[in-house]
Amino acid sequence: MARLIRWESVLVLLLVVVAVVGSVRTGGTFLSGGNLFYLGLDIAEIALIALPLTLVVVSGEIDLSVASVLGLSSALVGTLWNAGWALELILPVAILAGAVCGAVNGLLVTRLGLPSLAVTIGTLALYRGLALVLLGDTAVADFPATFTQFGNTPIPGTQIPYPILLFAVLAIGFAVLLHYSSFGRSTFAIGANDEAARFSGIRVKRVKLVLFVLTGAVAAIAGIVYTLRFSSARADNGNGLELAVVAAVLLGGVSIFGGKGTLGGVIAGVLLLGGLRNLLILDDVSTEVLTVVTGALLLAGVLIPRLLGSRFTPAGRKT
Amino acid sequence: MTAESTVDQAVPEAGTTARRLADRAGKVRELGILLALLLVVGGTALSNPRFVEAQSVRDLLLNASIVALLAVGQTIVVITRNVDLSVGSVLGLAAFLTADTFASNENLPVVAGVALGVLIGLLCGAANGLVVALGRVPSLVVTLGTLYVFRGLDFALASGEQVNAADLPENLLGLGSGRLLGVPNLVLITLIVVLAAWFYLRSYRSGRELYAMGSNPEAAVLAGIPVRRRTFTAFAVSGAIAGLAGALWAARYGTVDAAAGTGLELQVVAAVVVGGVAIFGGSGTVLGAALGALLLSTIAGSLVVLGVPAFWQQAITGALLLAAISIDRLVALRLAAALRRNNLRGGA
Repeated sequence: MARLIRWESVLVLLLVVVAVVGSVRTGGTFLSGGNLFYLGLDIAEIALIALPLTLVVVSGEIDLSVASVLGLSSALVGTLWNAGWALELILPVAILAGAVCGAVNGLLVTRLGLPSLAVTIGTLALYRGLALVLLGDTAVADFPATFTQFGNTPIPGTQIPYPILLFAVLAIGFAVLLHYSSFGRSTFAIGANDEAARFSGIRVKRVKLVLFVLTGAVAAIAGIVYTLRFSSARADNGNGLELAVVAAVLLGGVSIFGGKGTLGGVIAGVLLLGGLRNLLILDDVSTEVLTVVTGALLLAGVLIPRLLGSRFTPAGRKT
Repeated sequence: MTAESTVDQAVPEAGTTARRLADRAGKVRELGILLALLLVVGGTALSNPRFVEAQSVRDLLLNASIVALLAVGQTIVVITRNVDLSVGSVLGLAAFLTADTFASNENLPVVAGVALGVLIGLLCGAANGLVVALGRVPSLVVTLGTLYVFRGLDFALASGEQVNAADLPENLLGLGSGRLLGVPNLVLITLIVVLAAWFYLRSYRSGRELYAMGSNPEAAVLAGIPVRRRTFTAFAVSGAIAGLAGALWAARYGTVDAAAGTGLELQVVAAVVVGGVAIFGGSGTVLGAALGALLLSTIAGSLVVLGVPAFWQQAITGALLLAAISIDRLVALRLAAALRRNNLRGGA
């Protein structure tokens, strides 16, 4: 059924407003290549993790442990580097560890039938705790420049940061997975009504498990990007980042009740969040205010579609 | 109003069996926590007998009291199938504002200051409750947002300042460090709140309705329970208790900055869940939640005594939380199977 106004169109409109207001306020600096490069780096991890998390939320679940997986991946990279491993070997191992973290979440949710909220609050503490056990409060910073360049230089001849190239590739992959594959159709069906999905032959548990594993793996990739971007592996890297990711996903129009949402909307949500953050940073606003704005955007993301009613949200799944 | 008499009569015999079984399971859970507590205390005392001296037991109780207090408010919210993740931020905001008020008004009576803390918490809780009840938005998302909004407000108001113990009047600090008959004041206040909440949830109709809402939301609506109003009240009470905890935090520590209570929500949710309150709503007691808080802080104290690095603590909290919800789930599945057997035998 055609909706009167698409939430994604509203987001694009808001993005244009932010871009125009930003350019006027900063005398054009906002849309300059240098600033956009900075903006791209600033949102790299949020944008990466938002991709698989979109699918998780569409399937009616949530993963609050993503920022802790990011920190654990960073701590693992630092620990193995200290142990003398080659980075070429460390990076796949860190991604694998992230996938294992995701699998633990997924198995607890699908095999025991536990609510993903409770499970991932638990693993939020557990994974962050394991990162602290690995690295304590020390930082590992002596990574070779050939690797850290990936995190903080543009692709030669452009103003595009490498992590955004990685994001673009993954975004295409996840868009195909969610919107153009039977796996994606299953994901929507599960989010809309998981019992009906089960009776129509969809392997609900398997789909959810795969989604959690993918989220863990991508969160670990974000951990690697974070580590290389700041040339610093620390156990508390990305602390509290789950808020920004969940805010971006919900702002992007994904229903917290599952069954509804588009990856394009989420990418617009990430850009809107990043654009506002960037404007506030240009205005020298403190990081605490940035968090307030993120929290407020999260509330707006769930409240506005709700208050405007059926124009934006088809009847949600009963919970 | 007229519906509840028929509801009471309509409970079939299998229902009473079910209630008895569920009651028994609840009691077993609380006994289990007590047993775990004894094991931790006993085991640690074997390696270091000073762990059970009067002073260190007092410290254990004191350390548990603020989390136990927050766990009471959290229980009231969780049994309605909601969650309040903003309690740590509410505590921080109330602690800073209370301390700041005392620092500039030396002669403020302690009761007025504590009431101020409760009022600030109540306002925060009411804001949560309004959004959850009227917006019909999941409380997880709402309180995740307000967790950051309240904390940010705290930072904005504090603007880098902190209140030091030297700025606070003696009578406030006396509340935090004083004792009555050898028991710290904070522990007594926590006990009073726990008992009051326990009695209310157990014996008042509106308290029982909170359980009904959590165990079957649709049936609760059909039974005429004012679900929105009760949800709002549950969040307001949780906020008020967090505000009280904030005032007590200021009294106990004296030095308060905008970061007070950061991350506390995790310990509180863990305490509630370890204490046998079902995260799906509908069952659990504040006694269990308070015991859960005591168990968690005793384990933390025991780790220190046993010389385990502090870095392990968060991982252990997380693992305990996961173990508790997993055991809870397995017990619930067992119980459901037992009830089915019972119904087959006694029913048809």
